[in-house]
Amino acid sequence: MTGSVRDPLLQVRDLTHHYGRHLGCRDVSFDLHPGEILGIVGESGSGKTTLLKCVSGQLQPTDGSVSYRTRDLGPVDVYGMSEARRRLLMRTDWGIVYQNARDGLRMKVSAGANVGERLMAIGDRHYGHIRSEAVDWLERVEMDMGRIDDMPGTFSGGMQQRLQIARNLVTKPRLVFMDEPTSGLDVSVQARLLDLIRGLVGSLGIACIVVTHDLGVVRLLSHRLMVMKGGQVVEHGLTDQVLDDPQHPYTQLLVSSILPV
Amino acid sequence: MTTVIPHPNASVATSAAPAGLAGYNFAYLDEQTKRMIRRALLKAVAIPGYQVPFGSREMPLPYGWGTGGIQVTAAVIGPDDVLKVIDQGADDTTNAVSIRRFFAKTAGVATTDRTVDATVIQTRHRIPEVPLTENQILVYQVPIPEPLRQLEPREAETRKMHALEEYGVMHVSLYEDIAKFGRITRSYNYPVRVNGRYVMAPSPIPKFDNPKMDRMPALQLFGAGREKRIYAVPPYTDVKSLDFEDHPFEIETWEEDCSLCGAQDSYLDEVIVDDKGTKMYVCSDSDYCRERREAGHQGDGGPK
Ligand SMILES: Nc1ncnc2c1ncn2[C@@H]1O[C@H](COP(=O)(O)OP(=O)(O)OP(=O)(O)O)[C@@H](O)[C@H]1O
Ligand SMILES: [Mg+2]
Ligand SMILES: [Zn+2]
Repeated sequence: MTGSVRDPLLQVRDLTHHYGRHLGCRDVSFDLHPGEILGIVGESGSGKTTLLKCVSGQLQPTDGSVSYRTRDLGPVDVYGMSEARRRLLMRTDWGIVYQNARDGLRMKVSAGANVGERLMAIGDRHYGHIRSEAVDWLERVEMDMGRIDDMPGTFSGGMQQRLQIARNLVTKPRLVFMDEPTSGLDVSVQARLLDLIRGLVGSLGIACIVVTHDLGVVRLLSHRLMVMKGGQVVEHGLTDQVLDDPQHPYTQLLVSSILPV
Repeated sequence: MTTVIPHPNASVATSAAPAGLAGYNFAYLDEQTKRMIRRALLKAVAIPGYQVPFGSREMPLPYGWGTGGIQVTAAVIGPDDVLKVIDQGADDTTNAVSIRRFFAKTAGVATTDRTVDATVIQTRHRIPEVPLTENQILVYQVPIPEPLRQLEPREAETRKMHALEEYGVMHVSLYEDIAKFGRITRSYNYPVRVNGRYVMAPSPIPKFDNPKMDRMPALQLFGAGREKRIYAVPPYTDVKSLDFEDHPFEIETWEEDCSLCGAQDSYLDEVIVDDKGTKMYVCSDSDYCRERREAGHQGDGGPK
């Protein structure tokens, strides 16, 4: 038995990262449960991306630990496992959606190939099956099927983000990391993308960590919220509680500055 | 470490050039360099399909003229070897002729056009039609050794992908072919998996030749001069062309037979025979075609 739904999927303990002598983030600890969506907010340079990279296996932290409850072996230290296993985990049971689609997509191959890549990476050798999965996932992210053979560069920013999401979800991951998935998009596109993300992760029960500087995004998406400042978590709680009754002066400032008039 | 002093009467033919060719070391390269290349070759043979870096030397030919293949040939050839060099299947193209002359001059080895008489065959673009034997070595000139390069330009990343057997992107490129054209259109340098492990670029041979690599009795060595890589397929090693279950690997076929020798099983080149654009099909392997004709086989002579 590799744990019940009540056991955390991810456990982060005392995570600290320094870039040389420069602080990235410090002493961050939290648990994430299956299906749970955690928002991370904070001003520019507060350490959000650093934390996300450390937690998602992309950047080895200077200190602290990240443990993930794998399907077969239960909780495993993400940086203790072999690189081969970590990379396999990252492209099967995890997903990573980047702010810049160019970091998350293969720009030189079609939309269909982008969605099919993970399947091929885990050994799917049936073209017809890969193709039908690609069709299915493009539909689920509400993309025009007629564009399955088009290059990602010909898509709008919002479509590229949808494609990134489809590309990640095709292996049915249990955990998806997103760094500013909607920033840079115009407001109406943002709203539709957020709706889509919320619908998909909700119906599939995917756990998510979403980094954003936009409190609107976390209010819509996340169950829990962590507020960062200067590399540290200054407040952490249920999203509604933190936003409606902020305790830390920095959070109070943050909330008051975006409150609609 | 030993220093090799070229001697006109040297009995160890691998150290000095044949008499009359003073000034060259046997097969041009110095012994130190040949040892370095042999070490790389041994490693390559031990890990089939794995690209071994080597200290490629400046050769008296520009890159693109087979400097990688020449260095490999120079490192394995001995005075009793018989060398054949082919380019596009033919022995008489400029590149083939100059490489053959180079070794005739620097190693004094016998050369031949006949596949069956050769012990070392250096090739660009083709594998001979006659099945090779355990007594032969096939040396390929390779322009681009990295099969993942097209989809992953970062060298450090391709190395990691090989190390971790992350070959999904190879199928991504085949998927693209099928999505665009309804079938896998790649016809040259068609990627293979060697010994169930490393994915390898077979150099720009037509995919027609891929099945010949599979469990070939001859040792296959690959040299890429500009990219400084050597790799190998030892005798009787599995070499499988990548494909999909529902789009299996297939080789080219022709409606026509060879106009000269009537062969139905060989790779055919299209030849324009007049200024009206009349076409004729002939074996690309010129030795194979000639041998067949000498044995009495005949084609229809092409368009009259
Ligand atoms: N590669 C790096 N080398 C050195 N310092 C870095 C590096 N990346 C980030 N930092 C520093 O670490 C701190 C945290 O940066 P990080 O990118 O995690 O912040 P962030 O909260 O994601 O900011 P933003 O909202 O602007 O994306 C900053 O002071 C930043 O300058
Ligand atoms: Mg950031
Ligand atoms: Zn012929």
